[in-house]
Amino acid sequence: MIVRDTLEGYGIVSRLFHWLMAVAIVAMFALGLWMVRLDYYSPYYNSAPEFHRSFGMLLLFALLVRWLWRAANPKPQIDDLTPLEQKASYAVHWGFYILLLAIMVSGYLITTLDGRPVDVFGWFSVPSILQMRGLEDRAGDVHRILAYAVIGLAVIHTVAALKHHFVDKSTILKRMWSGPSPPSIIPKKEMHR
Amino acid sequence: MKARLAALAAVMTVTVLSTSAMAADFVVDTKNVHASINFRIKHLGFSWLTGRFDKFSGNFSFDDKNPDASKVKIEIDTTSVNTNMAERDKHVRGGDLLDVDMFPTAVFESTSVKSSGPDKATIVGNLTLHGVTKEITIEAERVGGGADPWGGYREGFTGTTKFALADFGIVRDLGPSAKDVELTLNIEGVRPK
Repeated sequence: MIVRDTLEGYGIVSRLFHWLMAVAIVAMFALGLWMVRLDYYSPYYNSAPEFHRSFGMLLLFALLVRWLWRAANPKPQIDDLTPLEQKASYAVHWGFYILLLAIMVSGYLITTLDGRPVDVFGWFSVPSILQMRGLEDRAGDVHRILAYAVIGLAVIHTVAALKHHFVDKSTILKRMWSGPSPPSIIPKKEMHR
Repeated sequence: MKARLAALAAVMTVTVLSTSAMAADFVVDTKNVHASINFRIKHLGFSWLTGRFDKFSGNFSFDDKNPDASKVKIEIDTTSVNTNMAERDKHVRGGDLLDVDMFPTAVFESTSVKSSGPDKATIVGNLTLHGVTKEITIEAERVGGGADPWGGYREGFTGTTKFALADFGIVRDLGPSAKDVELTLNIEGVRPK
């Protein structure tokens, strides 16, 4: 099992980051939508937001580690994309990182702007850094709108990946699933379209 | 000459009379914050949750010789609701409770004041909250009044009222014991010089 990324593909760490965060982000979006509609007397009225906050803080930590990991690894080449697709892919990936960071920071702010720390599963708590009462409404707007935006981006990302896989017959989706193959068995592919 | 003097005397008499009969107008002392608008609502029937509106303004007229001629008007900035928790305040300001984006102001304006004892009165008036105008009754008490040490003149009151949130179209179900909210207004007014 290849741990680090290579020029040919992604190692296990990057692939786990990718798929686990993909599932987590969609799940957190659904949880967020659901929990704000809960009845006051719902048994999940307190526990659902507690889980959302706790897990969100772990995701923020995961995002930062993922950044470091990506920076410390070679970037697999995407030479079977057109220059335009390369630019788009670059924009989408940075879009993800920036949106996710903004979503997680704004979520953290909603809870901590009054000076209270945010508790993470009762294991530890992250202190409040910025206190500014009233800003929680704007933080909430940012959190909600960017959450929709990141799901929109995920749809674009998914459609693009499926297009590359099924239409262009590219290995882009496969290499995110199964990691780098030894160079000898890389299938010959059309390099220019 | 005599007639002119008589007319002057009459005018002066009228002026003096009307000055003493006219109720003095007081501005609620929000500048130096000797006034507060507090509310409380039961949490699950187990305790009182208290909060306040940090921003409001108002004025009243009051004459201790003719208290029934008093009038009061208070305007509350509903966005300034403060229950000492950012997340909860965000929720209270939101669409299923105060909906402050739609209804940023609440107003109380008295329609009648009736003495109910020494330094006590029943104030009936219209409260506009959440876009709904309804008559409420405030049981008021004059705490004190007189010259302040800095050359001004002040009168201070406290008043309490209670109403059902649903009467003002706030239908979020907070439980059977949290249908009513109690409001306490501590109002000190300064008579402008």
